[in-house]
Amino acid sequence: MTKPTRAAKRMGDPGGFLAIFALAYLLFLYVPVLFLPVFSFNDSIFVTFPLKGFTTKWYEQAFADQDMLRALTASLQVGAIASVTATILGLLGAKAVTRYRMPGQNVVTGLIMMPLFIPEIMLGIALLILVNTLFIPLGLFTITIGHIMLCTPFAMAVLTSRLDGFDKSLEEASMDLGESPWMTFWRVTFPLVAPGIISSMLLSFIVSFDEFLLSFFLQGQQPTLPVYIWSQLRFPNKLPGVLALGAVILIVSCILVVIAEWVRQIGTDERKVGVA
Amino acid sequence: MADNIIRIENVTKQFAGGVKAVDSANFNIERGEFFSLLGPSGCGKTTLLRMIAGFEFPTDGEIYIDGQASALIPSYKRPTNMVFQSYAIFPHLNVFDNIAYGLRKDRLSRRELKRRVDEALAMIHLEGFGARRGDQLSGGQRQRVALARALIKRPKVLLLDEPLGALDKKLREEMQIELRELQKNVGITFVFVTHDQEEALSMSDRIAVMGKGVVLQIAPPKELYEAPNSVEVATFIGNINLIDATVRSVAGNEVTLDGPGFGQFRAPAIDGLKTGQKLTAAIRPEKLSLTASRPGANYVEGTIKASAYLGDRSHHHVHVKGRPTPVAVAAQNMDRSMTIGIDPSKPVYVTWDPRSLILLKS
Repeated sequence: MTKPTRAAKRMGDPGGFLAIFALAYLLFLYVPVLFLPVFSFNDSIFVTFPLKGFTTKWYEQAFADQDMLRALTASLQVGAIASVTATILGLLGAKAVTRYRMPGQNVVTGLIMMPLFIPEIMLGIALLILVNTLFIPLGLFTITIGHIMLCTPFAMAVLTSRLDGFDKSLEEASMDLGESPWMTFWRVTFPLVAPGIISSMLLSFIVSFDEFLLSFFLQGQQPTLPVYIWSQLRFPNKLPGVLALGAVILIVSCILVVIAEWVRQIGTDERKVGVA
Repeated sequence: MADNIIRIENVTKQFAGGVKAVDSANFNIERGEFFSLLGPSGCGKTTLLRMIAGFEFPTDGEIYIDGQASALIPSYKRPTNMVFQSYAIFPHLNVFDNIAYGLRKDRLSRRELKRRVDEALAMIHLEGFGARRGDQLSGGQRQRVALARALIKRPKVLLLDEPLGALDKKLREEMQIELRELQKNVGITFVFVTHDQEEALSMSDRIAVMGKGVVLQIAPPKELYEAPNSVEVATFIGNINLIDATVRSVAGNEVTLDGPGFGQFRAPAIDGLKTGQKLTAAIRPEKLSLTASRPGANYVEGTIKASAYLGDRSHHHVHVKGRPTPVAVAAQNMDRSMTIGIDPSKPVYVTWDPRSLILLKS
């Protein structure tokens, strides 16, 4: 029996059960993920314990792989276009639903958010059928379209929460003080909404970058990185290189998420001031 | 002829769905005046103010600001500035930048800008607060910053949308006095929107009372209270007893009426009265007094139904036979013993000076 911590006591949990549960939960979530970086430094092509020795050769191998680098570039391109487009669409949508009341508003919002709840495999098949019917050649273009569709609900959700408490009288005050609508946007609206835009773009980018199913269905000649990684899993000698790449992506993703959340937080604190 | 800074001519604002928020408003605001728009929420006072500011545009009519037809001019081209109900302090700017916000186009030198902002900070007694952020200010300080930010533009008219509503009672009363002083010092016309009648009465040169989109009466505070022109105005400003009365006879400047519970009573005549005409007679609670012994004339007999002791005064509800609603009497507690006991078994007499009665045609 562990000694109950002070925090556990305060929360009315005399056995500290909640703390143990939380710890177990975190381990369950993150230990498998931690295998990725651990084995990426293991000097063996077999992903098994015991570990053999430390090496960075898998990283060297991964980053010398031209196909992989092309896939990485493709993913970065798709991610950049999808996140910017989804954020613009999300901003327009969020502005509409937070600023105006219109008939059928909940239905429209529901439809925009729907891709979050449709199984991705269904979305993928549906889009593939549509693209084929329209004779649109498969390629990065079709993948990008799919990703925009998938990212827009995320962007919309982030930006709606950002704009929801936006005091309309701030913009009116600016115009009242002599600024045109255009200057008002740059001097008031944009600085206040910018943190939301940044966190929306980061989040959309990660959604796009990690996305597999849609990319798999809609790909042409050039795969995105997750699709490329999946295709390499057939070759055992490539696996450690994939682990190395995976470890890099994992760390970059984590950093981006933390930045996105951090930016959103600063922004939220600031916004509260305006509303209080 | 009066020097009118604002002329509102036949201004109507109809929203989608056909609701008329403001219905053919017609009035003038004089230069240098403290003018209040008073009415319950939803009466159109804020819509009217926002039309003067340029945030809403009238569906019909014209608004002249300093002689210029302005109904369709956007807010950023008008010589008016506004203090918002929420203050609308820019959260991403500090106090200095908030106050200097409207001066960008004037292209002042750094030094001149600083001088102007410091001057504004001094005016609102917030010297040295320039570097503070909005969230480091109290409600009253934010309100002052909003005021300084608007006044630094030297507007021809300052518009205030319930600026004291968010402040606690004591601070609100201080700010009322301060605002009034400030208005006298800067000499700028203030148009002040409020639903608080005491606030309007204590601060304004003139008040426009609005109800359901219509301007009901425009008058100085005293006239509004003592000589309301309609039942709506009489009941909105302060408390009043209404008597559905019928004219019995008119003799010179005195009229005799008949009303339920009151029997025959006298009142000062108004123009155009005919025998048999029905109208409303009204009298304020503080113009009635209670006595235990029967007066000679101008009284009704009743019993006290309820009393509330409020320190400086007491409110009594007196039930009068034949009258559906009790008569409200506000008595000053002029000595420390309450001379009229709360004995429901004993009759009391409500008495008045006939000159205190107001006649209102429906």
